[in-house]
Amino acid sequence: MMKHTEKELESLKDEVNEMWRLVISQCEKAKEAFLNSDIELAREIISREKRVDAFDLKIDSDCENYIALFAPVAIDLRLVLSILKISNTLERIADFAEGIAAYVIGNDCNGHNPEIIEDLQIEKMFSETLSMLSDSYVALESENTKVAGKILAKDDEIDGYYHKAIDVLTNYLQAHPDYIRCGLKLMLLIRKLERIGDHCSNIVEEIVFYIDAKVLKHGIVNK
Amino acid sequence: MIQAKEVNFYYGDFHALKDINMIMEKNTVTAFIGPSGCGKSTFLRLFNRMNDLIENTRLTGQCLIDNHDIYQKNVQVDELRKKVGMVFQKPNPFPKSIFENIAYGLRINDIRDKAFIAQRVEESLRSAALWDEVKDKLKKSAFELSGGQQQRLCIARALAISPSILLMDEPASALDPISTSKIEELIVTLKQDYTIVIVTHNMQQAARISDKTGFFMLGELIEYNDTKKIFLNPDKEQTQNYITGRFG
Repeated sequence: MMKHTEKELESLKDEVNEMWRLVISQCEKAKEAFLNSDIELAREIISREKRVDAFDLKIDSDCENYIALFAPVAIDLRLVLSILKISNTLERIADFAEGIAAYVIGNDCNGHNPEIIEDLQIEKMFSETLSMLSDSYVALESENTKVAGKILAKDDEIDGYYHKAIDVLTNYLQAHPDYIRCGLKLMLLIRKLERIGDHCSNIVEEIVFYIDAKVLKHGIVNK
Repeated sequence: MIQAKEVNFYYGDFHALKDINMIMEKNTVTAFIGPSGCGKSTFLRLFNRMNDLIENTRLTGQCLIDNHDIYQKNVQVDELRKKVGMVFQKPNPFPKSIFENIAYGLRINDIRDKAFIAQRVEESLRSAALWDEVKDKLKKSAFELSGGQQQRLCIARALAISPSILLMDEPASALDPISTSKIEELIVTLKQDYTIVIVTHNMQQAARISDKTGFFMLGELIEYNDTKKIFLNPDKEQTQNYITGRFG
């Protein structure tokens, strides 16, 4: 039978999973809203952002209470610390989704040239970030860090798309100087996707810390 | 340095300690943790030969202090206990004055110089962080002190004969949080001059004050490592289950 301390930990995990599903949904909707210039969907994302913030505050408070009341050690301590950081990171990812929604709502560029959108590989960047977000969810749920390497590799791919996008857009803007303002806005959106990838990497690092007690941060591997 | 080599200990037919190997370095605090009956107190008591007083017991292996086997025939137990002080779970002051509680140990060791005894009493009480609280009532009965003060008096008594090692068997388990905190602070301070080994059921206490922790179960030393390692990422699943409360 599960002890009450374990039940409390499980409920913390359930909370962060619920937040996670909400953030995945926010990012999926951000992708759809961008690709379809769907302003209604973008407004829905912005209105749901408050729920993400509420989760973040609730999880912060519940983690503080757990540490104060149960003084966790070893794997329990690592889980609570990881949940605390993961929920903060998810909240930042949701902020980027909200930023993308705001871009869609405020977009005054009368639609983008489909070719440039294709060349910038924005849809692929969306897909890769969503994949990182959902794969890391599964990694925590199944307590499996074997997939960590694959997830982190996706961040390298996203970084590759980002750097390539700078070159593509530079060339495009040289040929279409009237597009500079819209191009800059687009670059800011691409930057958001790149940052989501970085945050997903941070989440994977926290999962590895929790399960394997290894520190992967800043390129350091500590046992 | 304290060392156990292949230590086995038996109460009659009961095999209480099984092949224990351990080194406790000088000027460190080592905590023994484990469920009741796991052998941690038995192991602690081996190092000032307290178990000699129990009938029908048997020890194999070696218990070494500074590379000398303390169970060799030529070792005088009285001399050993001057070197290895002990503090118990329940404060056990003598039914004497505060001053006499400390002076007694010196007198039975043939120290008669009154000035020296007075100096040693003060030093010991200061080391035990009790001097300021009792300096004006040294002639009062030790029983007038609070539980926490009595325990610090017992520590002062142990320190008076200048041991190099202090063994503590759950020294704060009968005390309130404030007294416990004082004892813990004291242990951390005393580490500069003494090697301290403590048995505790309080996981957080072990985590707070010890440099190394040994986890015992069913007479075996399951894991012995740096305290930080034990409480963040123990090597053994049994250790993790115990310290996270999942044991049993």
